[in-house]
Amino acid sequence: MANEVVDHGRRRFLTATTSVVGGVGVVAAVVPFIKSWEPSERAKAAGAPVMADIGKIELGQKVDYAWRGLPVFVVRRTKDQLAVLPSLAPRLVDPNSEVDQQPTYIKGPARSIKPEWLVLIGICTHLGCVPEFFPQIKPEPFDPNWKGGFFCPCHKSRYDLSGRVFSGVPAPKNLQVPPYHFVDDTHIQIGVDPKEAG
Amino acid sequence: MTKRQLLMKHILLSITLALGLLAGSTQVLASEGGPELPSAGVNLRDQASLQRGARLFFNYCVGCHSLKFQRYSRIAEDLGLTEKEVMDNLDFTGAKFGEPVISHMPEDAAKQWFGKAPPDLSLEVRAKTADWVYGYLNSFYLDPSRPVGWNNTVFPNASMPFPLWELQGVQTAVRKPGSEDVEKLELSRPGRMTPAQYQQAARDLTNFLAYVSEPAALQRHAYGIWVILFLAFFTLLAYALKKEYWKDVH
Amino acid sequence: MANVFTRMGDWVNERAPGMMPAYRKHMTEYYAPKNFNLWYYFGSLALLVLVNQIVTGIFLTMNYKTSAAEAFASVEYIMRDVEWGWLIRYMHSTGASLFFVVVFLHMFRGLMYGSYKKPRELVWLLGMLIFLVLMAEAFMGYVLPWGNMSFWGAKVIISLFGTIPVIGGTLVEWIMGDYLPADATLNRFFALHVIALPLVLLLLVVLHIAALHEVGSNNPDGVEIKKGPKGNRWDALKPADGIPFHPYYTVKDLVGVGFFLLIAAFIIFFAPTFGGWFLEHDNFIPANNLVTPSHIKPVWYFTPFYAILRMIPSFFGTAVWGVLAMFGAIALLFALPWIDAGKVKSVRYRGTGFKVALGLFAASFILLGAVGAGVTAEVIPEWFGDVDVTFWENLFGRLMTLIYFGYFVFLWLYTRRGWETTRPVPERVTTHD
Repeated sequence: MANEVVDHGRRRFLTATTSVVGGVGVVAAVVPFIKSWEPSERAKAAGAPVMADIGKIELGQKVDYAWRGLPVFVVRRTKDQLAVLPSLAPRLVDPNSEVDQQPTYIKGPARSIKPEWLVLIGICTHLGCVPEFFPQIKPEPFDPNWKGGFFCPCHKSRYDLSGRVFSGVPAPKNLQVPPYHFVDDTHIQIGVDPKEAG
Repeated sequence: MTKRQLLMKHILLSITLALGLLAGSTQVLASEGGPELPSAGVNLRDQASLQRGARLFFNYCVGCHSLKFQRYSRIAEDLGLTEKEVMDNLDFTGAKFGEPVISHMPEDAAKQWFGKAPPDLSLEVRAKTADWVYGYLNSFYLDPSRPVGWNNTVFPNASMPFPLWELQGVQTAVRKPGSEDVEKLELSRPGRMTPAQYQQAARDLTNFLAYVSEPAALQRHAYGIWVILFLAFFTLLAYALKKEYWKDVH
Repeated sequence: MANVFTRMGDWVNERAPGMMPAYRKHMTEYYAPKNFNLWYYFGSLALLVLVNQIVTGIFLTMNYKTSAAEAFASVEYIMRDVEWGWLIRYMHSTGASLFFVVVFLHMFRGLMYGSYKKPRELVWLLGMLIFLVLMAEAFMGYVLPWGNMSFWGAKVIISLFGTIPVIGGTLVEWIMGDYLPADATLNRFFALHVIALPLVLLLLVVLHIAALHEVGSNNPDGVEIKKGPKGNRWDALKPADGIPFHPYYTVKDLVGVGFFLLIAAFIIFFAPTFGGWFLEHDNFIPANNLVTPSHIKPVWYFTPFYAILRMIPSFFGTAVWGVLAMFGAIALLFALPWIDAGKVKSVRYRGTGFKVALGLFAASFILLGAVGAGVTAEVIPEWFGDVDVTFWENLFGRLMTLIYFGYFVFLWLYTRRGWETTRPVPERVTTHD
């Protein structure tokens, strides 16, 4: 009985194979459970791209839209407001938008597809408050050199009219630019890249 | 009998028993009450039929019936349609692409017109079976004694008018002599479709409602076969492993 | 690498010296009889299903809404909008039915091989408690989707308590927290289904296994291997007919698990409603307190007991007798170790009377299930034409009820009056594969 010859090689091989195949099965079975935490169809529908009619926005005006529960600022900038943007570079943390806070097609000091139209997610990159809009190029209580932009009431972070953050404030990064594209001259769709829209 | 034969006998017996039970039970439940129903012949893989069914639903049914658990976007995804096709051809209520199919009929008015609000049809096929829905769509007949002018042999005294009459035509009841019981239905006025065409249309509509009652069925069928093949392979391996270890046991 | 594991092992061992001995006691040095057959798979399978129910159940609670207004829609939300929610839900609903399949077979194994007899009465009693809690657990789980069958099932089952004299009516209102099954009922059932009863179940399962490992497993021959000769190839002092549970029965159970998962996967992916048996048609209609489903009946695993309830008429102005009979049907199973006084355990060596009685008992249980599920009401007119269905169904159902209870009476007399002629039980276990 005890002098039986056991084929240890075969036994080890079968044990290993069954364990590996069983392990693969367990991992495969776990995947659906992990995926069940992803945004559901309902969440996706609620966070679907938003069509914004910008035809009635006047020069210098800001209109808010909601996309995925976030405030999205759409600002129609004046020539003067655009003109000061390049000169602000020395006072900014990331004047050339090198930190990944915008889609790749958003470049330059205007940080937009069409210079006139600024589209931003209105969430301060410090602790998530909604910055206020101070568009005038005039001294403000919080900045005698103010050239127009956004001021966060929570911890006094300041951004210019392209959403670029000033140095020396708590916020570390520029305001985020969401993916968007122009459907026509008076409509933009927030949440869809120009490329996706084809 | 050797042990192996005994084992085989056991296994065969249990399989036969299980299959018999399965077949028997589904038969019993399917035949629950009412007249014998012809088979709806649901086939979720027939995408063309599902698309035709969807078109029928959105042309003739959505005026009163919602599919409150079904999103337009899901219809596009599962029926192989683009967003534009769905929005242009099916979505007549102005709902967004990601929103569910909600009828525009005000519930209060519906209650007044039909005596009760038209039911949501998201789960109709699961609640009543596909054969029932198919039979129902084939069994409307003119009955002036009913408030809406229509009656139905599968669902007697249903309070629903029959919007598909322009397709099927008008059926009237042939009663059994000396009785109120309906013997059969006769097409007294033809519709735009031939009877064969209408039956296909009713099939398509039933097929679509069967899909709506469980969109996950498409995924189930797609994944199921792979899961079963994998488990069969695992079981074989486990069996070989067991054999190997049990060489020790005498 | 191996070194790291050894050191981790040593670290744990130093702090919990009892852990490895406990593992050895229950796995590598738990000597189980080597002649287990097909019927011995169902214990480990029940454990597997329990784990499945807990894991899928936890994930269902993440999207289920515990309110009468939202419950039904939240289940459909899981079925349609949650990624893979349909799979998790079907695993849970199919698991519930398969739990009872496995447990019924596990219990029948005990009846066949006398596993309830001395010295395993405690194992049996704990097992019966598990069965009782499992029924409560399943019933409350069935209410949660808040379909029309959930609602009416809850109403009917809760009304059973209303037959209790004097306090019945108050009790029913207390259980529901309302005058009909409502939001309050749903919420308390949810709490019990998700937290309280699973905790009790887990505790009972641990005790059930602990009690089993104290006395050792029975086997198809009903031979006490601990009383037989000593010495096997692993240990000179352990039973000669015992083999270490690990690895021999772990690898064997793995084969059982594979087969079982094949069947489960087939149902989950290709027949999740199982033709209306596992998920009923009427439960796809939201709860409606004004419309009773045309075929009101409990889920299949309750139907044998439900049939007994229905077959007992009310007399002396009360319906309590049916309820008593139904609970009695379960209570008698608890008492089985003391009803059956036979000295021989396994059906293999017991008298013909026992074999016939056990067969009839099993058949009566299944046929009572058919009566309770309404199968007889369908089949009788189909097979026998225009007859009084209620009369024949009641006659048949009462006959089956009689057989069910008759089994216990018969067993009592059979084993005490010396009617049983047993065959000699072998010293050692016989066949194994």
